[in-house]
Amino acid sequence: MPTRVLVPSGVLGLGFDRQALKRGVANRPDIICIDGGSTDSGPFSLGAGVSKYSRAATRSEWRDLMRARAEAGVPLVIGTAGTCGTDATVDWMHDITVELAAELGQTLKIARLYSSQPAERIITALEAGRIRPLEPAPAISPEVLSGLANIVALAGAEQIQAALATGADIVIAGRTTDTATIAALPLLRGDHAGGAWHGAKIAECGALCSTHPTSGVIQVDFDADGFTVEPLAETAACTPHSVSAHMLYENSDPYQLYEPGGYLDVRGARYTALDERRVRVEGSRWVKGAYTVKLEGARVAGYQTTILAILRNERYVKGARAWIERLSAFLEGEIRSRMGLEPGEAYTLEFRLIGVDAALGELERRQGDPVEVGVLGIVTATSQMQAAEIGKLINPFVLHYPLTDHEELPTFAFPYSPAQSDRGALYEFALNHVMDLDDPMSAFRLVVTEVAHGPAR
Amino acid sequence: MARLGDVVLKVRSKNAGPFWVTIDVFCGSPEVYARVVPALATGEVAALYRVEPQHLKRFDIADLSVIKFSLPRPVVQGSRDDRDMHGAQWAVLLEEADVRV
Repeated sequence: MPTRVLVPSGVLGLGFDRQALKRGVANRPDIICIDGGSTDSGPFSLGAGVSKYSRAATRSEWRDLMRARAEAGVPLVIGTAGTCGTDATVDWMHDITVELAAELGQTLKIARLYSSQPAERIITALEAGRIRPLEPAPAISPEVLSGLANIVALAGAEQIQAALATGADIVIAGRTTDTATIAALPLLRGDHAGGAWHGAKIAECGALCSTHPTSGVIQVDFDADGFTVEPLAETAACTPHSVSAHMLYENSDPYQLYEPGGYLDVRGARYTALDERRVRVEGSRWVKGAYTVKLEGARVAGYQTTILAILRNERYVKGARAWIERLSAFLEGEIRSRMGLEPGEAYTLEFRLIGVDAALGELERRQGDPVEVGVLGIVTATSQMQAAEIGKLINPFVLHYPLTDHEELPTFAFPYSPAQSDRGALYEFALNHVMDLDDPMSAFRLVVTEVAHGPAR
Repeated sequence: MARLGDVVLKVRSKNAGPFWVTIDVFCGSPEVYARVVPALATGEVAALYRVEPQHLKRFDIADLSVIKFSLPRPVVQGSRDDRDMHGAQWAVLLEEADVRV
């Protein structure tokens, strides 16, 4: 059965064209799906279990989507709620939904799909040989797993289908693959499996697959042979090039995409322009495989304090490298003698030269002639208190340290006071593994609740 | 010799998950693509990014006039030594590389 999926945006919190959304609702979609997250901003969101996007931005966009859902009378699904899809961010999204249901006078059935994994479950699976590393994977052990701040498993279409089967108006899913929410209904209704996954991949970033990426709203029609994609902003168009090029985006392999239960192969895909705005795609293939889910985990890798100074004196700008080398050696001694700490295990101190090679480090090949150089000092220690203490200890030297002995003390520019800032925990990604599952729901949990503020459902 | 960025339409880079970075060279036309493919030696690109050539994946995508490279990140995204959280500035190295086209 043909299935029309409305995708309001690549991610909730980034904005979309409201008129285009209106057009999408008028086109009578079967479901509205949006992604809530990504690993792209780094491990902090997963480690801390918080959303990257502001509550205000999320709330105002979700409000529009909840109204669109009511008007369309179809399910609204968000995947990877709150950037990282931990149980805490699913509940955060649920709180916003309940608040808005009262404000909008809506009566709703809400399904929450939880993806967080207790460490014990993963340890048991590891010991049973049911966890496999992906290249390149960090080493893991039961000890490593017990020390992770958060572990999530990426749900696929099956878990979203289970959530939809509850008859929910709104599905708030924890970590899912980017494509799962969009592919779930077309697959459930028997549309072409290769087309379902491929169309979901193309639409998961919203209008990024069109000529006007920031307009957001995309509509995908799935059927027995493939899919048709159309951007709904009047200023946007999909072309065979803009659609096929999207398979490159944030993918290490442009032809194959692994999902729970198999992989998508787009080598045989044909992209045809139906008119100036719509592209038809057929020929992609779904290759069934073992049922595995990918795991993500983050752990605390220390606590940080940073300090930023700016060198503007010509001699210091030219000698910036020599200056930080001399300063680093001196500070190591100061930290050793005053705090009894050795660099390495207890702490690290790194200076990066902004304006010289701060973005690329050793890979940098160009030498410029900067007018000023920013010196970013990064302290990583085993506790925030220790990092802050080191930050304060080095502060006067970062302000005044001379390039050579026997010269008048220089003073550099500090852009703020205090000069040092505490950054809190440094999280790092600690898993690049998959876990075998016999039953897709065995690592996921569904909770269904109702709120009643308006006319009965 | 020419700077690759002056020959092609665009070079972009981005994380492909926390453990990989991917670099797309958009040639802009089949003619430019045909000239750039033989001029971009995989070994030289690997050397530019200081990665073993066997760890560099290369895809020559004629339909899109795109050459794509993927490599394991030398430091995991967001870890202490990461300098570019999104891997977005890595493209510059290739953009500024000299090629014989």
